[in-house]
Amino acid sequence: MATAIDLQVQTAHGAGHDSHDGHGHSDHPPTSTGLNSRKMLMWLFLTSDCMFFGTLIATYMTYRARSIEIGTPPYPNEIFDIPYTSVSAFVLLMSSLTMVLALAAIQRGNHRGLRIWISATALLGAIFVGGQFFEFTEFTHEGLGLSSNIFGSSFFVLTGFHGAHVTIGVAWLLSILFLSLRGGLPPEKALDVEIAGLYWHFVDIVWIVIFTLVYLVPYANGPEGAAEAAPEAFVRLLTVGERFLAELPF
Amino acid sequence: MVEHAAHGHEEPAHEGAHAHPTDLTYVRIAIVLAIITLVEVVIWYIPTVRSVLVPALLVLSVAKFLMVVGFFMHLRFDSRLYRFMFAAGLVVTLGVYLALLAMLWTRGFWFPLPTTP
Repeated sequence: MATAIDLQVQTAHGAGHDSHDGHGHSDHPPTSTGLNSRKMLMWLFLTSDCMFFGTLIATYMTYRARSIEIGTPPYPNEIFDIPYTSVSAFVLLMSSLTMVLALAAIQRGNHRGLRIWISATALLGAIFVGGQFFEFTEFTHEGLGLSSNIFGSSFFVLTGFHGAHVTIGVAWLLSILFLSLRGGLPPEKALDVEIAGLYWHFVDIVWIVIFTLVYLVPYANGPEGAAEAAPEAFVRLLTVGERFLAELPF
Repeated sequence: MVEHAAHGHEEPAHEGAHAHPTDLTYVRIAIVLAIITLVEVVIWYIPTVRSVLVPALLVLSVAKFLMVVGFFMHLRFDSRLYRFMFAAGLVVTLGVYLALLAMLWTRGFWFPLPTTP
């Protein structure tokens, strides 16, 4: 008898503890693990996506110096604009903050907060994708294409897939915003936002790794005299910003 | 008694559902992440740290990674099963990379290299 009661209480907690709604509500039937199946599925997807990006990064890291060895320019250290990419990395990091604040808002039942922070996250994501598009355009103008050399192929495939992930994330966030505006996102559905948030943060951590391994880790004949270039880099950043603004249609 | 037993079961996950950081904590973490990114960029420009640049960048990157995964993705407060799943993915990913490196370093040893015409 006691065992039966014990089991009932455990099941109730097990089913409800993962909803993160702060009220003990549950929007899914009890599972053998006590964890929400949709959230579990998202973690499984992220695990597989981790391997996907891991393979792309491994390919890039393995072949990145081959263009220099073979002698097929343009080379990575000639073409990367570290200050510009740093701003992109900062934008994506801040989007992770706005995403987690959106989740905290819906868990408290604060719909206005959710809409503000989700909009901010989508906007920052769109800025990141726009910046990446601009960077790709600049690289193409400088002679680096998908088939220019082995560096170009591995670089564009890796960062292009990441950009596609961010674009999908922005679309997902906008759909959540739309649902919220139509009143279809009560606090009990906070898990929907949490799952979208997991995806968004994953995209951010992938960029953390890409930023370090692809952009910052120096190459065999890396950026010598970088210290002399530091003041120039910030002037260049302003120039790039001006050119980016000049290309905007409004 | 029964209630206590129920709480004791899956304690980490249950605790996690009620122990998320506050908004202020999230903002503080974001500030630390921004500072780490700034440090990464600054040390990239300093020639004197060139010899330790790669390890320093890797350590800073791992710190950022863990902070986002632990706090923003709530893995620190969530069920251990999620942690295990994600860690397993990372281990397999690292394993694939190490296997690829090992294959390239020992190329020609295990399998004969194709001959150029």
